[in-house]
Amino acid sequence: MFDQILTSIEGIAIYPMFSLGIFFLFFVGLLIWVMKVDKKYLDKMSEIPFEK
Amino acid sequence: MVVEKFSYDNKIVRDFAIASIVFGVVGMLVGLLAALQLFNPIHNMANQYTTFGRIRPLHTNAVIFAFVGNAIFMGLYYSLQRVCKARMFSDVLSKIHFWGWQLIIVSAVATLPLGMTTGKEYAELEWPIDIMIAIVWVVFAVNMFGTIFKRREKHIYVAVWFYIATVVTVAVLHIVNSVEIPVSFFKSYPVYAGVQDALVQWWYGHNAVAFFLTTPYLGMMYYFLPKMAGRPVYSYKLSIIHFWSLIFIYIWAGPHHLLYSALPDWAQSLGVAFSIMLLAPSWGGMINGLLTLRGAWDKVRDDVTLKFMVVAITCYGMATFEGPMLSLKNVNAIAHFTDWIIAHVHIGALGWNGFLTFGILYWLIPRIYKTTLYSKKMAALHFWIGTLGIVFYAASMYWAGITQSLMWKQFTPFGILQYPNFLETVIAIVPMYLIRALGGAMYLTGVIVMVVNLIKTAKQGSLEANEAAEAPALEKDYVDKSSKHRWLETRPGKFALLATIAIIIGGAIEMIPTFMIKSNIPTISSVKPYTPLELQGRDLYIREGCYNCHSQMIRPFRSETERYGEYSKAGEYVYDHPFQWGSKRIGPDLMRIGKKYPNLWHYNHMENPQNVSPGSIMPVYTWLLKQNLDNSTLESKIKVMQTLGVPYAPGYEKQALQDLNKQAEEIAQDLQKSGAPAQSNKEIIALIAYLQRMGTDIKGDTTGVRVK
Repeated sequence: MFDQILTSIEGIAIYPMFSLGIFFLFFVGLLIWVMKVDKKYLDKMSEIPFEK
Repeated sequence: MVVEKFSYDNKIVRDFAIASIVFGVVGMLVGLLAALQLFNPIHNMANQYTTFGRIRPLHTNAVIFAFVGNAIFMGLYYSLQRVCKARMFSDVLSKIHFWGWQLIIVSAVATLPLGMTTGKEYAELEWPIDIMIAIVWVVFAVNMFGTIFKRREKHIYVAVWFYIATVVTVAVLHIVNSVEIPVSFFKSYPVYAGVQDALVQWWYGHNAVAFFLTTPYLGMMYYFLPKMAGRPVYSYKLSIIHFWSLIFIYIWAGPHHLLYSALPDWAQSLGVAFSIMLLAPSWGGMINGLLTLRGAWDKVRDDVTLKFMVVAITCYGMATFEGPMLSLKNVNAIAHFTDWIIAHVHIGALGWNGFLTFGILYWLIPRIYKTTLYSKKMAALHFWIGTLGIVFYAASMYWAGITQSLMWKQFTPFGILQYPNFLETVIAIVPMYLIRALGGAMYLTGVIVMVVNLIKTAKQGSLEANEAAEAPALEKDYVDKSSKHRWLETRPGKFALLATIAIIIGGAIEMIPTFMIKSNIPTISSVKPYTPLELQGRDLYIREGCYNCHSQMIRPFRSETERYGEYSKAGEYVYDHPFQWGSKRIGPDLMRIGKKYPNLWHYNHMENPQNVSPGSIMPVYTWLLKQNLDNSTLESKIKVMQTLGVPYAPGYEKQALQDLNKQAEEIAQDLQKSGAPAQSNKEIIALIAYLQRMGTDIKGDTTGVRVK
């Protein structure tokens, strides 16, 4: 049922490579962000459960 | 700045707490019954509604969706309101969510013992209940996102990210895995077959563990643990990395449930690689939890809630270390299909989910009842008896699993199986089944002590149904461009979208190629569709839950091909809607049972297994000999199968009943000749037809329906 639909998509093989790219870039971006992030912001975030 | 006055809804939290406790006790009692059934089949009560094959799904569904499910909603409704500084979006939706979920549970309790099941583990509920689940889940999602959108705290605390990921992913998992075509109101066939069905099912099954039993509990850990310990989470940075890597990686790991199976090798390797990677975010979460207690470990000595939390998080760490190890192919070769896996999941269920729930209950109930815990001593008793229960449970199951696996694989110096009779390997571990039941009983005793303690606590206080609170309103035009993640975090809609994309990419890459690339599932020309009688027999196999104890998957090991026969090929399952590979061998594999024994053997065996195999722990199935086969939906079944691509000739549904009667008559005559009082219209005939067909197609002597 699904095979016919999917095989008919042209150049579908590019999608996995594309997603791997997204994956990789996302994590690199995340790591850079975490390294550069403002300490005060993190402290504020972790205090949220204690705010009245 | 205007300070707004509002109130938190504690009543809905209390209601979910009660539901969780009630269904927890029920689910664990049913589990205890199942444990006793494996020790002595007399506990099956010679009754079709209480046999292990129907009781075990009831246990798993009750514990996962009723006990843990209600506990999630309890913890989520409490913490979400507070970190968002807002009451739940709609009291009406909260109520619909609560009663809708309980209705689903009651429907499960009513249908599973009746044998109404899809035959897919942890997704056994039939299509009308599946639709109900989807509707209630959407109500829950609207209520949750509504609350997030009307929050008074501009930033979204990490716990809420875990909740968002849970809501989104469970919806995707449930819908994709439940695509089925109804045959009647109580019966449906999944659109996927064989290898594809297995892949979708274990993508679902594995991620149900991830996004039902793990992410919401991590969210709860990130809120309740800091509250209990009186100090913020150890590292907020770690929580961010841990969150994104967990949801990205978890979704890929499903195929590790299918190692050495007929699943294509590349998919197996994908599952292994991602499972090993999963160790990092899982332990990131555990470390973040345990280190939150740094400098506060003295509190653990006095505070019973923290004791529960520490054991829960430690169990999480152990289970998430064990998981990646079990997904290594060489470890999996020993552990799969054995009680080792039962030990593994119960470290998670009893330790992580159970103890975290209990810790939260002991902390939360006194607070919403504006009182203190009735008895710390009783809570301490619960803690110790529960912990010991887990130890007894897990130790006996590890012992049983490894013992049995080694017996399965033991050859004599002459190169033949040392324990060729499967039953020998069962009898060797039956004492362990008794110790397991004892461990379970201890754990349940602890829970009952908790129930008494919490009732007394509630009685000495009074429920603060609406807890007054106040907070400044959120500025509507708030824009913070100083940081990317901060930008994302203040936008729950975009955040949810990104999380969805993350999990869909993983799921799609895992599954699409098996649907797409023909060479991944090589077809075998001698594999034919089931005859109508065999199809009916297969549905009885599903109804009785045979897959709970018997696999249909011979792995390519010499110890398995010697014992069971030729290993299983992907192409043999192309007409199996649903697949019935199973995940545990309480009894032997049945892939090549076809033509191995005469019809009479099966007849006598189903009537009373002990007559044929003394010492067997299989329940009796006497009703199959008495009940008439229901052919009223046969036409509809054939038509649905045609829709799904099973190549029955056009119009075959009209001829199906005639073919069925003919084949039934032949089997009945054979049985009568052998001296059995068999009648051709009984259910046993259909089941025998199916059993005799299983795995015979590749030998070329198929009874299957010839197609043009």
